[in-house]
Amino acid sequence: MKISTIEPSEIAYSGSMKILIVEDDREAAEYLEKAFAEAGHTAHVAGDGETGFALADSGDYDVMIVDRMLPRRDGLSLIAGLRSRGNRTPVLILSALGEVDDRVTGLRAGGDDYLTKPYAFSELLARVEVLNRRATSREAETVYRAGDLELDRLSHTVRRASRDIILQPREFRLLEYLMRHAGQVVTRTMLLENVWDYHFDPQTNVIDVHVSRLRGKIEKGFDKPILHTVRGAGYMLKAD
Amino acid sequence: MALRLSAIMKTTAARLSALYLLLFTLCAVLLVFYMTSLSFDMLKAQTMETINEEMQGLGSAYQRGGLPLLVRTIERRSRQPGANLYLIADPAGRVLSGNVEGLDPTVLAMEGWTERPFRYLRYGDASSERRDSSNSDATRPEVGHEAIALVLRLPNQMIVLVGRDLGEPERFRAVVRRALVAALGTMGLGALLIWYFVGRRALKHIDKVSEASRRIMGGDLSGRLPVTGAGDEFDRLSENLNTMLARIAELNEGLKQVSDNIAHDLKTPLSRLKNRAEAALSGKRTPAEYRAALEGTIAESDQLIRTFNAILMISRLEAGYSAESLSKVDLAETVRDVVELYEAVAEEVGVGLESVVAGSVIVDGNRELIGQALSNIVDNAIKYSAETDNASVRVTLEASGTDVRLTVTDNGPGIPDDADRQRATERFVRLEKSRSQPGSGLGLSLAKAVMKLHGGRLDLVPANPGLSVVMVFRKKEAGA
Repeated sequence: MKISTIEPSEIAYSGSMKILIVEDDREAAEYLEKAFAEAGHTAHVAGDGETGFALADSGDYDVMIVDRMLPRRDGLSLIAGLRSRGNRTPVLILSALGEVDDRVTGLRAGGDDYLTKPYAFSELLARVEVLNRRATSREAETVYRAGDLELDRLSHTVRRASRDIILQPREFRLLEYLMRHAGQVVTRTMLLENVWDYHFDPQTNVIDVHVSRLRGKIEKGFDKPILHTVRGAGYMLKAD
Repeated sequence: MALRLSAIMKTTAARLSALYLLLFTLCAVLLVFYMTSLSFDMLKAQTMETINEEMQGLGSAYQRGGLPLLVRTIERRSRQPGANLYLIADPAGRVLSGNVEGLDPTVLAMEGWTERPFRYLRYGDASSERRDSSNSDATRPEVGHEAIALVLRLPNQMIVLVGRDLGEPERFRAVVRRALVAALGTMGLGALLIWYFVGRRALKHIDKVSEASRRIMGGDLSGRLPVTGAGDEFDRLSENLNTMLARIAELNEGLKQVSDNIAHDLKTPLSRLKNRAEAALSGKRTPAEYRAALEGTIAESDQLIRTFNAILMISRLEAGYSAESLSKVDLAETVRDVVELYEAVAEEVGVGLESVVAGSVIVDGNRELIGQALSNIVDNAIKYSAETDNASVRVTLEASGTDVRLTVTDNGPGIPDDADRQRATERFVRLEKSRSQPGSGLGLSLAKAVMKLHGGRLDLVPANPGLSVVMVFRKKEAGA
């Protein structure tokens, strides 16, 4: 069986997003702006908390990236302010502080995801894609489908081309997450966070081994690969 | 010297001794006054009784033989050595007989006990004074002795006086008072001396301590405060401060070692990073080669970042984490999670990974941190036992009376050397045999820091063959 590997540049993104970056480090902000533009998105930059708040309040953004430490108004207060005004734009918090507590306080303040500096842009991009509010939320669906692969969340069954596939509970959750974000890149840390509920950096290739086992079960005996490895980023479940 | 004395006066010892001296003096004075007045009263009562008896004797003599026998008896008694005072006078106060030469005439004018001690002159007393005095000595009450007396009037208006000199109780009182003054004087002097020497000793000691601490502040961290061996409070204080200094020196040493290690361990990957970039730039390369070189540098920087994060996390943990991040954690669940996470990897490298866990074991902790620590340990166990035949890693969880022990045992080569085992949890320590394995040398240090944060400890025990790494959690005390 051949493992399908995709170069990040080959990924056709799910349409353009409008992103607001609130970051006081000019260089970092410009780099992000450029990188998002290359990935096909539009990014606006605000250099301090107040400007960020004003832009977020008036503009119609799909995702916001907010640094925690900002001049004039700190990131957490900015998010709390937006939430109290009913603004539900998904927010990813960027922080140089990177401990469990900081994550918890960040998410409690109304953030939707948390990423510690330094990070890889591929990681940030993957997370922002997943946060995109215009991406159809599949939370409510009971059956996920990707090509001939079908996952029933109620009966806990998986079928591919009408053939039952037996999965361990954890493999089921792994596939469930991958299918919910079918067509999007999911990174190893995203999998560890969402499938195992741990937020540390896995030292070894634990996640890869789990993914390759799952891949064995859903691809063996079928001609088309469906679970792809995205080089330097993570994985993507996608039927042609 | 004046400065020195005023310094001594400022010491607690001096103040306390002054206070004690004052209190003690007050008590002593009160006691002496009470004693003297009590004994004086007793002596006086005894004297009065004697006088009463004498008077009764004289009374019976008068009844038997009238005035002549009375006079005779008095004269006989007067001549005895240490005799009482006797006097018979006519109603006008003229002395007929007795051993009293002169006295205050008012004494004879009343009847019964003299209200106050009075002064009198005895025959043979103060003869020189009497010679140049034409008047009766009784008009000069300031001379003579003090006495108390019983005065009676006979039916024929004759006056009979029987008295007793008060010299004895007075002398007693004087002796006691002199003793008191002497004792107080000695006490005061002694207190001053003790005060001076004790205070000076304390000051000397404190001076030594200040001097030593100045030296230490000056940079001599190996310096210690003097301990005299007397076992007094100064010694205890110095010992405590010395323990503190030792701890500071230890931390300082640790810090120095860590910065050396950081410098060394980060220098290597940084120079590799630079070399890789330089190699990519030298000579013509294909785009694929450039790409590979860039990917290599990214991977290298990722490892660097990972190391930095681990260092940062360990120091944060060691600085103490906020208590609010601790909640109820089911260790059994954590073990199942981590074992499940690593099962696939273990199988891949041919290591059997099994866990012996039953039910749930709840401790106060941080699930994330415990999970990460256990992951590091399991990761190590798999990594180092992978080369062994029939390699297996067992994770067991046992709760005993006071402890919860989470043990990860492998059957790999282990760490046979005791000293190596001790060092294995130190930061950046990678034992010789493990240098070839990937890793930052921070995994066990992080686990150790996590255990310390949870009030537990991390033990490395030989498993023959292999190694057991034990995370020991202190069980929460009942009711606490």
